[in-house]
This record gives sequence, C-alpha cells and structure tokens, in this order.
Amino acid sequence: MSETEKTQAPKMATGDRAILPEGARTIPVYIMGKRYEVPETLTIMKAMEYSGFKFVRGAGCRGGICGACPTVYRKAGDYKIYFGLACQTVVEPDMFLAQIPFYPANRTAYDLEEIGGEADAVHALYPEVFRCVACNNCTKACPMDVDVLAYISAVKQGDMAKAAEISFDCIQCGMCASRCMGEMPQFHIGQLVRRIYGRYIQPQAEHLKKRVEEINSGKYDKMLEDLTSMSKEKLTKLYTEREREPDLAPSGEWMPEDTQYL
Amino acid sequence: MKIKYYPGCTLKYKAKNLEDSAVASLEALGCEVEEIERWNCCGAVYSLAEDDLIHKVAPVRDLIRVKEQGGDKVVTICSMCYNTLARANLMMKEDEEKRDTINRFMDEEIDYAGEVEVLHLLTFLRDEIGWDKVKEKVKKPLTDLKVAPYYGCTLQRPEEVGIEPLGSFELMSGFLEAIGAIPVDFPGAAMCCGSYQVLGNAEAVQDAAGKIISTAQTAGAEALAASCPLCEYNLGKEQDVQIFYFTQLLAAALGLDAEVSRFELNTGNAGELLKRKNFL
Repeated sequence: MSETEKTQAPKMATGDRAILPEGARTIPVYIMGKRYEVPETLTIMKAMEYSGFKFVRGAGCRGGICGACPTVYRKAGDYKIYFGLACQTVVEPDMFLAQIPFYPANRTAYDLEEIGGEADAVHALYPEVFRCVACNNCTKACPMDVDVLAYISAVKQGDMAKAAEISFDCIQCGMCASRCMGEMPQFHIGQLVRRIYGRYIQPQAEHLKKRVEEINSGKYDKMLEDLTSMSKEKLTKLYTEREREPDLAPSGEWMPEDTQYL
Repeated sequence: MKIKYYPGCTLKYKAKNLEDSAVASLEALGCEVEEIERWNCCGAVYSLAEDDLIHKVAPVRDLIRVKEQGGDKVVTICSMCYNTLARANLMMKEDEEKRDTINRFMDEEIDYAGEVEVLHLLTFLRDEIGWDKVKEKVKKPLTDLKVAPYYGCTLQRPEEVGIEPLGSFELMSGFLEAIGAIPVDFPGAAMCCGSYQVLGNAEAVQDAAGKIISTAQTAGAEALAASCPLCEYNLGKEQDVQIFYFTQLLAAALGLDAEVSRFELNTGNAGELLKRKNFL
C-alpha cells in the first residue's frame, strides 16, 4: 500500500478502536453505574472501549471462545440477571454493565498419576460437589450454554465420561461458580474430570506411544542434528524439493521413496 | 410395557448391584426400561423445614423431566429417592402457594403440578406386573430361604407417601412369596438403620443396625431384603444375617446370570449363601 492510499483510506473499526459508522444511532448504557452514549451496534466490549475504558485484562480472543471477557448485565425494568461474553453480546438501551475478569475459586492440588481414574478421587478433592441443590443457576450463568447442572450431576453419579463430554465446551470463565448456592468451583471440577477422562478412560493412541519410544531411543537424533546444522540455502532446497503426498492420493496407498524414518 | 425409570446417584455408582439387578429383572419380566434423561440428584433427604423450598427444587426438577419426556408414571427403587420424589410430588399437587413459588423460581422449566405418579419398584411389581406373572417367570424359586423383609424408615413414612401403612409388611412379603422365599416377620422391619448418623455417630448406627439384625436372626432369618443403599451399608457391617437388595433375590429367582447382581459390591459374601443353597 502506497503512502497516498494510506492517508485516503476511510477510518474503519478495527482492533480495540471503535469508530462510529456514519448515521449510527447512539443509545445510553450504564457502565459500573455511570451513563455513557454508545453506538447501538457495538458489542459490550467495544462499547466500553468506545466510552474510554481500556482492558488490561479480561479481554482475549475477541472471538467468543477464550472465556476471558465474561460479563454480567441487567436490563432496565427487568429483575433478571444476564450473563454473556462481552466480545459477543451487543448492547441494548439502558443496559447495566460490568466486567468480571476473574472469579475467585479454589483449585485443589493433585497428581493425576496418583489419584486414579475413579469418581472417588473427584469426590475427595471436591467434596462440595454434594452441596448441589439442582437450582440450575450455574447453567443459566454459562455464556457457552454448557449444561453445568448436568455435568455436576454426572460427577455425583460417578460417570466421568459423561461429565467430561458435557463440560467439553467450558471456557473456564467461572460464572457458574459465581452463582452457585453450594459454593463449588464447577469449572475446576469439570477440568479435573476431563483430565481424568484423558488419562484413564479415553483410548490411548498406540502409534503415538510407539513414536515416543522411537524418539527416546534416539532414532531421530542424527536427523535433527543434520537439520539444525544445515545452511539456510540447503534447508530451503530440501524443503522445496521434499516428497509430498498428492492431495487426492487414496488413503494408505502412497509411500515416499525415502522410508528410513518411517 | 415401557416404564420411565429414575435411578438416583448411588445406584449409578456405589450401588450398581441394586440398579443392574433391578433393570435386568424388569427386562426379564418383559418391561422396556427407559431411564429419564438429564436427571439430577433427588436431594437425598426431604427437608422438613416448611419454608425451605430450595431443597425441594431438585426432586421437582426430576419430576418435570418425567413430565416433559412424556411420562405419567416414574418407577424408582432407592428408598431415599422414592421418599424425596414422592413427598415433593405431593407438595406440588396439594400446596398451591409453594407450587407457584417453585414454578416461578424454575422459570426455565415447564410448569409442574404433580401430574406424574411416583412408584416404588415393589408397588410397580405388585400392581403393574402382578405376583402371578412374577411367579410364572420364576425359574429358580428361592425355596425355603428365610428372608426378613426390611423397609427401614422411608418406605412407610410419612403415611401419605408410604408404600403401605406402617405396621403392615404385606407388600415385600408378597414379593418374597412370589419368588419362592419364606418371609420372616420380625420386629425390626420398620426400624431406622441409623442412616446418615454413620458420619458423626458411628456407635449409634452400630446399636441401631445391631438391633435390627439380631431381631431378624432371632426370628429365624437367613437373609434380609433391603431397598436402600444406605441401609445396606449400615446393616451390612453386621455379619450375622446376609443383606441383599430385594432386586438381587428377584434376579436370582428369575434365573438371571449372577453377574447382573454384582454380589462383590455387597458387604459380606452375598453370592456365597445363594450358591450354597443352589439358587445360583
């Protein structure tokens, strides 16, 4: 892009900079109690930045997946409490807004190799799981629509695989814990369960075990040494001339000419 | 016959022997057992505080699951689950104000007004299957096995939800007769096993359990039939009379593979007694 093009380019809303589109209406929102006028199309995150707030934490991917920007809000004339991700939720008139970048919750220490794969381990590390009264506030608070009550119920029922599956979309934002009557840290419990699932229940990949053994036995040491001491020119040539499986090759039929590292 | 079934947490884990023997027996009796989806803990103990509604949300939510999944009856086995579900159901049916409060609190669920009937498995076996049909399906009658029918606290209390009036033990006795066993009348049938006191006052539980077992033994019982995992846990420590779940005795009488009863989860050598008597 030339210098002239750069100066003539229209200002666009990019990154954390929210620019008011031409003709956009503004609406009032209340950020931590103070009234601001913000463009009606913005997300909560952009609206806060538009109002002059700067996120030093509590903002991550801005794509609705990392869980860094959980937000709690209320609407005018509505007693209900609402949750969402600030980067995904669009502002509405007279919203009351605040960010919850972190929610305090105890995470117990454990050695995955020692605790074993039974539900007893989870029950011992997080006995507060039995304080659940099935109020379902956790599920209502989840910005990822995880059925938190269902996975906590599965933990109580000793079904690690079911709990791991249901909690899979958890982004560890902690909003479930913020609303729990039993004061338990659901998101840490779910994480422990998924670790147990991965370590003890999910089938292990046999080919991976074999490859790790090969690496440990030094099979690839020489190759790595050759590559790291190679000149850039030689390395580039090696890369561009490498053997490559054709895109539409039938699965399992193609073999490279050089098979010494297979 | 299709039945909606609520297992409860303990039957899924520590009391798999109760669940597996019950489900296998029901299937052998021609029932298609449909476990309720997305069920949660029943609450385990029904809160006696009149205004403590939050602890009644859990059982009501389970009953809502049954209703929304098209059931008008739900069968459950664990005595505690039965008691909690049946009492919460009664409250939702009869107390308009509490019903309204709970329905408003659970605004993410459909409204509930006690439309589902909660049945204990014993009641279901008598009324929906019938003792004659059970007898017909029995392949290995537990002939001459003297069994004490044990109800504990929660199958008959309070009266409004009891599977039969306190002092009468015809239901489980009828069941035991249907599978060929001899029901033994004993004074401990409706006594409490000590329940959750085992956590804070183990001695009291030892006293309570000891009394139940010794009265059963004095009455001539070789075995005791229970329907509650906590009773099995508390009573099982007393070795003089072998504790079974009534469903394990049913499975044995129906001639099902001993594996479905998972006797290794019982306290004591439960399978051994049945084997010695040639019932397995």
